[in-house]
Amino acid sequence: MGRDDPANQADQVNADRPALSVKNLSFNYDSKQALSDISFEVYPGLTTMLLGLNGSGKTTLFSLLTRLFVPRDGRIEIGGQQLGVAGSKALRRIGIVFQQMTLDLDLTVEQNLRYFAALQGISRGQAEARIEEELRGLDLSSRRRDRVRTLNGGHRRRLEIARALLHGPSLLLLDEPTVGLDVDTRAELVDKLHNRARQDGLAILWATHLIDEIRDEDALIILHDGHIAARGRAGELVARSGKADLTAAFAHYRSLIQ
Amino acid sequence: MISHHAWTAFWGVAKREVLRFFRQRERFLAALVRPLVWLVVFAAGFRAALGLSIEPPYQTYTTYEVYIVPGLMGMVQLFNGMQSSLSMVYDREMGSMRLLLTAPLPRWFLLLAKLSAGVFVSLLQVYAFLLITRAYGIYLPLDGFLFVLPVLILTGLMLGALGLLLASVITQIENFAGVMNFVIFPMFFLSTALYPLWKMAESSPILEQICAFNPFSHAVELLRFAFYGQFSLRSFVVVAACTAVFFVSAVWRFNPSRGFRPSRVETA
Repeated sequence: MGRDDPANQADQVNADRPALSVKNLSFNYDSKQALSDISFEVYPGLTTMLLGLNGSGKTTLFSLLTRLFVPRDGRIEIGGQQLGVAGSKALRRIGIVFQQMTLDLDLTVEQNLRYFAALQGISRGQAEARIEEELRGLDLSSRRRDRVRTLNGGHRRRLEIARALLHGPSLLLLDEPTVGLDVDTRAELVDKLHNRARQDGLAILWATHLIDEIRDEDALIILHDGHIAARGRAGELVARSGKADLTAAFAHYRSLIQ
Repeated sequence: MISHHAWTAFWGVAKREVLRFFRQRERFLAALVRPLVWLVVFAAGFRAALGLSIEPPYQTYTTYEVYIVPGLMGMVQLFNGMQSSLSMVYDREMGSMRLLLTAPLPRWFLLLAKLSAGVFVSLLQVYAFLLITRAYGIYLPLDGFLFVLPVLILTGLMLGALGLLLASVITQIENFAGVMNFVIFPMFFLSTALYPLWKMAESSPILEQICAFNPFSHAVELLRFAFYGQFSLRSFVVVAACTAVFFVSAVWRFNPSRGFRPSRVETA
C-alpha cells in the first residue's frame, strides 16, 4: 500500500506509450450488452474525446476504468499496468471527475481537498502545497474556506477538477464534466483542460455529448450502442465522412452501427 | 505492516466523519435525546411495573434506570450504525461513495476505515449520554466508564458492520424505512435492553428464545457485565463472530466483480 511521489507521476509518462490502453472490452448488465469489443488508447499530452449519446455506454466504460465494475472480457492497462492485476497501484495514476457531483456539501473547499489528499496518501505538508497550487490554477483560492454548499455549479465543477489533479495523475478521466454549466463557464473549462493536457503532458479521456467541446486536433472516439463507431483525429473523421461538420459526421458514423 | 498511505487515508476518513458529525448538530442532539427520553420518561413508568431481582452482574437489587443504561448505550450505537448506513445509501445515490471506492487502496480497508470512523463517532455519543445520566442522578461505577470502552468498540464495530451490510443491500434511500421496521425495532425490542430474559420468559418462552439469539442482546449484556468489571465470554464470542460475519459479507457485497450500481439511471 505504499505510493510513488505524486508530483513525479506526470513526469514519468512517455509520450509514445499510451497512458490508457483498452483491448477488446465487453460488459453486460444481465442480458443487456452495454459495451461490445471496445479497443482504444489514450496518449499523454492529448485530449481524447469520447463522444456518444446518452446510453451509449460512456458511464459504463468509466465505471470499468475506475474499477467500480469488473469487466467480463477484455483488458484495461493504465500506464502499462493491467488494472485487474495491479488494482490500487494502477488507480493511483488516475484522476477522476464523475458525471454526478461527489463533493461533500457540508465541508469546506479545503476540507474536501484534504479528505481526497488523505485517500491518496499525500502527507499533510505536501497536500497543503498542492491544494494551494490547484486552487490558484482554477481561480478558487478566494473560496478556500467556504462551504461547498455555498458554491455555484461552475465553482463546484472546478473544485472537482482541482481535486482530480491534486495527486498529479498521468491520466484524467472526465465524465461529462460540463453538464449543467453555462456557455461561458463551459468554454473556460474546455480551454483550461486542453491547455493542461498540452503543457503538463497529461492524458485526458473526456466523455461528452456536446460537440462544441471538441477541437479538430483532439483524438475522437465515437461510441454508439456500446460499439466504437469511429476513431481518429476529430478533423480527419469529419473529412473522411464527407460531411460538412462534426454534427453531421457524428450522425453519419452512428448510422453505420444501426 | 500498514503503510503510511493507509494510515493517512484511515485518519482522513475518520476526520471527515467527525467533521460531518459536528456539522450536523441535529444528529448529535437526536442521538442524545432518543435514549434520554427512554431513561427519563419510560423508565420512570416501568420502574413501578417492573421489579428487578438480583441477577448477575448486579450484586444487589437495582433500579430500572440503572438496568436500562447499558441497553440505551447499545441503542445509541445501534442508531448510529443505522445512521451511517443511511448516509452511505445517500452517498451512494449522490455519488460520494464512488470517490471512496475508487481510492487506490483495497476496498476492505476503505470500508474498515469508514466503519472505524463510525465507531469513533458512536463513542462520542455514548460518553456524552453517560455523562448526562450521571448528572441526572444515576450513579454507575466510575471505573466502569473505562471498562466499557473496549466493549463499546467491539459492539460499535458489530452494529456498524451490520449498517455497512444493509447499505450494500439497499440501493435506494426510499427503501430505508423498511430497515427501521424490520431491523432496528425488532433488534431493540426483542433484546435484553429493556427487560431481562427471565422477565420475557414469564410472558412468552418463544420471545425469550428470540431475545437469547438476538446478537444485540449479547452486545447489551457484554456492556452490562463490563460496567461492573466482569466479562461474559458467551456474549463476547457471539458479538465477535457477528462482527466478522457482517463485515466480511459487506465487503463481499461491495466487491467490484458484483458491480456497483449507484442508481438505476446511472447504469445506462
